[in-house]
Amino acid sequence: MQDLTQLLFNGLSVGAVYALFALGYTLVFSVLGVINFAHGAVFTLGAYFTYLLIGGAVGANGVLAGLQLPFALPFWLALPLAGLAAAAVALLIERIAFAPLRSRGADPLLALITSLGAGVVLVNLIQLLVGAESYAIPTSAMAGLPAAVRLLGAQVRTVQLLLLAVAAVLLVALSLWIDGTRSGKALRAVSEDAVTARLLGIPSDRMIQIAFGLSGFLAGISGGLVGLSVSIAGPYFGIGYGLKGLGVLVLGGLGSVPGAVLGGLIIGLAEACVPAEWSGYRDVVAYGFLFVVLLVRPQGLLGKVLPTKV
Amino acid sequence: MLDASLLQQMLIGALLALSVYLPLRCGQLSLATPGFYAIGGTVAALLSTRVAALGAAEPVYPLSSVLLEMLLAGLLAAGLAVGIGSVVLRLRGVYLAIATIALVEILRVTTLNQESLGGAVGIFGIPQPFLAPEGYVLFTLVVLAVVCWLCDQLERQRIGLAMEAIRDDELAAACQGINTDRTKLVAFILSAALAAVAGVISAHFLNSWNARLGNFDASITTLAFVVFGGSRTWPGPVLGGLLLTALPELLRPVGDLRLVVFGLVILLGPLLVPQGLITPERLQLLRRLRRRNQPAREAGR
Repeated sequence: MQDLTQLLFNGLSVGAVYALFALGYTLVFSVLGVINFAHGAVFTLGAYFTYLLIGGAVGANGVLAGLQLPFALPFWLALPLAGLAAAAVALLIERIAFAPLRSRGADPLLALITSLGAGVVLVNLIQLLVGAESYAIPTSAMAGLPAAVRLLGAQVRTVQLLLLAVAAVLLVALSLWIDGTRSGKALRAVSEDAVTARLLGIPSDRMIQIAFGLSGFLAGISGGLVGLSVSIAGPYFGIGYGLKGLGVLVLGGLGSVPGAVLGGLIIGLAEACVPAEWSGYRDVVAYGFLFVVLLVRPQGLLGKVLPTKV
Repeated sequence: MLDASLLQQMLIGALLALSVYLPLRCGQLSLATPGFYAIGGTVAALLSTRVAALGAAEPVYPLSSVLLEMLLAGLLAAGLAVGIGSVVLRLRGVYLAIATIALVEILRVTTLNQESLGGAVGIFGIPQPFLAPEGYVLFTLVVLAVVCWLCDQLERQRIGLAMEAIRDDELAAACQGINTDRTKLVAFILSAALAAVAGVISAHFLNSWNARLGNFDASITTLAFVVFGGSRTWPGPVLGGLLLTALPELLRPVGDLRLVVFGLVILLGPLLVPQGLITPERLQLLRRLRRRNQPAREAGR
């Protein structure tokens, strides 16, 4: 029972990160119909921003060696600020890598490449500035909170509960916004048909920017949380999550918000259930699921089948 | 700066770019090339180090054995491509791209965890058919030339034109009586076999092989080759592969900034040259210019 509870929380907290990740992709995909491959790099940036904002010092290997901000914010303040900074970067990526192609009506395939290029630039800039070493966000940053709490007869790390809670709040807020507000409705209109939406007076470009900003915010927050939970393993650490986020995305159905959440939780739990002697294969669980789903239900678990138009 | 070893990498880059180009010619964005490249490399590494009959003990590894490995690896990759292709090619656009990324990751993790396939350490001491890198360059140049000739032929044949038709409009192509599923599958099979052949050459050249050589980064780089060079006719990917493989080396003077600059090239390339460097129209223009110059030269003689 105790092991099971632990397993459950491990799985759910990892799954929550995947879900946040997939949601970031989903937001952009739903309005533009393309995958933003720079998303993993924005996630990485969020983790580094959080580390710097709580007063962490840069290691010896980067150009900025020894840099430390003159102030140290508490984690609960640093995290949303890092999210905002990541959102600003995401907006910049939209401006540079997506907007010029869109205004030209270019092949959507090209946005895949330009966003990848943006990702490569970001990851290597990080490496140049702060070096390739790993950074740990000390758990002491969560001022006053105990490292672990007893829950259902098992020791559960507070970080994991925090991850779950933040993810849950963000997901609910996002769903409420999309389903219940005027601007959420506008976003859905743009994702249905950008041209018609524009004809009806909805500022499509503004909605696309909002989608990018939100997805950057989500990526930044999840980066900071993962940094707190397992440490920042170098500039490339967002890439692995980014690839798995793609698996989650297809599993849940492209463009579906509840699908992204469900897909994230399923894959998180499935990975947690991989026995220790097979742990090397843990990383393929997501992709295995993905293949099965593509075979059985190509539109994803909660996706809709779109009719082919001539 | 442009030594034989870099030249060799550039030629392999061109081969891999052609492998990405073939499915893209019929509008299918497949990122599976590094996966099949890794399969080719692993096949070559295993065969040449474990099968004594191929001649690993001889002072110079026989070229015939390399050709045999290329054949076997090509067939294996083609066989796998038939199986995988008939599943994933039902998918379109982003779905296909993601499925092929997943395929590459599954292959990589499996190789990493199977000691018999080299595991995390890899396979070392792959025998050398050439004693100097120049030998490899010459050999790969011949292979590339053959592949280019085949691509050129393909583009003139019915099937090459069918590919282009599918790329322009799949539904319309199907209405014209083109078997779109089979055409896409053929492109995928050729792409897989080509990547595997490149893997065989690389394994010998690099002398060792490990799972990290076929990863997501490689998927992206090879795709960039094609987008940058142009994805509508074969000289595009060849040029893209040669140039972009050389670029990080040529950028060595900028030191630590070189990967940032490389990323900028990938980012700005599609914005500045959306069709790629080489398009059929530009080639035609070139041909017309040459034809115009020729009579003038003959008259002057």
